[in-house]
Amino acid sequence: MIRFDRVTKRFPDGTTAVDELDLTAPTGKITVLVGPSGCGKTTSLRVVNRMIEPTSGSIWLEGTDVTNLVAAELRRGIGYVIQHAGLFPHRTVIENIGTVPALLGWDKRRIRDRSMELLERVGLDHTVAQRYPAQLSGGQQQRVGVARALAADPPVMLMDEPFSAVDPVVREQLQEEFLRLQADLGKTIIFVTHDIDEAIKLGDQVAVLRVGGRLAQVASPAYLLTHPADDFVADFVGRDRGYRALSFQAAPRLPLHAERTLVIGESPEGTEEWALVVSDDHKPLGWVETARLDGRGVTESDLQRGGTVARNNGSLRAALDAALSAPSRRGVIVDDSGELVGTVRAHEVLAAIEDTERPELETATA
Amino acid sequence: MTWIRDNWTSVFPLAYSHALLAGIPLLVGLCVSIPCGWLARRRRGAYPVIVSMSGLLYTIPSLALFILMPLILGTRILDPVNVVAAMTVYTVALLVRTVADGLGAVPDPVQQAATAMGYRPLRRFVAVELPLAIPVITAGLRVAAVSNVSIVSVASLIGVSQLGDLLVDGFNRNIPGELWLGIASCLLLALIFDLLITAAGRALTPWTRAAA
Repeated sequence: MIRFDRVTKRFPDGTTAVDELDLTAPTGKITVLVGPSGCGKTTSLRVVNRMIEPTSGSIWLEGTDVTNLVAAELRRGIGYVIQHAGLFPHRTVIENIGTVPALLGWDKRRIRDRSMELLERVGLDHTVAQRYPAQLSGGQQQRVGVARALAADPPVMLMDEPFSAVDPVVREQLQEEFLRLQADLGKTIIFVTHDIDEAIKLGDQVAVLRVGGRLAQVASPAYLLTHPADDFVADFVGRDRGYRALSFQAAPRLPLHAERTLVIGESPEGTEEWALVVSDDHKPLGWVETARLDGRGVTESDLQRGGTVARNNGSLRAALDAALSAPSRRGVIVDDSGELVGTVRAHEVLAAIEDTERPELETATA
Repeated sequence: MTWIRDNWTSVFPLAYSHALLAGIPLLVGLCVSIPCGWLARRRRGAYPVIVSMSGLLYTIPSLALFILMPLILGTRILDPVNVVAAMTVYTVALLVRTVADGLGAVPDPVQQAATAMGYRPLRRFVAVELPLAIPVITAGLRVAAVSNVSIVSVASLIGVSQLGDLLVDGFNRNIPGELWLGIASCLLLALIFDLLITAAGRALTPWTRAAA
């Protein structure tokens, strides 16, 4: 657990970066600090590993005031990942990953084994081990950055906009993998971002900061979206927050309709305007407009694949999106193995939404 | 040209002492410049003071410095140490700025990351900052090497012998062949220094050639 106790940081030029911050980052959870530039989120992160010393207040790490620890030793116990990875250009990937173990004086063999293990863990191939950072893509560099932070298995990780310098597709991928990794490792993480969508996606708990370093609200992502504390938070979390909040609400039992399906080669029967085409193992492939077929068998090129697919135990958002995005307006619902379960209509999802309760404060903090 | 044919072997001992008188100051000067450059980067106000003061040293005429050295060091007037010390001053004059700028060119995220990993300042300097400054330092060292090879020849005027002797003697006795040999030997020596430094720089920085 990391606890900020009335932490204030004023810089010599008089600007207040962090103002009386009280915040607890619970053990094994991701706490996201989010806010516009100038809200002191990076400063707040850096007081934890004493890259910046607070003007007043204190930081407690598992019950110890961090100022009582030797800075260099404190830092070796805290993983740190930054925006442009900050890899050492003159060291190979494997040497970069082994940085902290080397500082801790591990023997060479153990450092090597651990570094190779982490390389694999962050989804990189062994062939990149001997390359230099300049030979890697931005996404690969960021993975090495994460591996380096994890090398000595620190209980705490500080991450400063680690995914914001890579393109959106890679970012999404890195976020997914990061969540998978965290599900395994259960680190106590403080994660800084300016991107509210990233905060909502990754955070177990989200702290919204406003310019001048004042904490505006701390809550679970779902609670933040449904109950913003004030206009600033409401504005910051964005316009479509009502829709996005549905991400956190598991779909209740939706009234599913059986769908008459086709496989490739079959021609449609009945009078429906749209027919759903499935594979031999009953996985949805796409919709076909029956009038266009003119009685002949359906082929791959007839398929319209625009619709999204929702899982029957997924969120209300996914279910609604499936209904809205299907050309037939019938949302395709599948089970965990991807097999078709049935379809649902948007008004039925909306009815289900009206029946579910908005998250209340009890569930707000993790 | 007959002079060259009859006397060309005399070049080797002279070239050897020339290489030592120019080369040793290069190494000593580098060792002095690294902490000076580090100091210049440590504090905000230190850079302009240290860099401009060291740069000013270069404006002292070499002959004056050679003659002053025995007074400062308490050495005998003909002692080659005077020349080595004076050449070290010139090397430092050229290298302090280079080292300071090389260290300043280390990317900020890299320094931040090193600190956050738990490097203490001295180890961070040796393991991260200095290696990354090598390409810039190498470039500065090449300039200093050529400058040293050129300036050292003046030492003939205070009786410390090296390739400059060929120039002085050739001029005094009006032997064009000797003059040409002196010039060519200096050029060749400078070229060898340059190649050695470049090769060492390359060997120390394999990462700069790792293309994306």
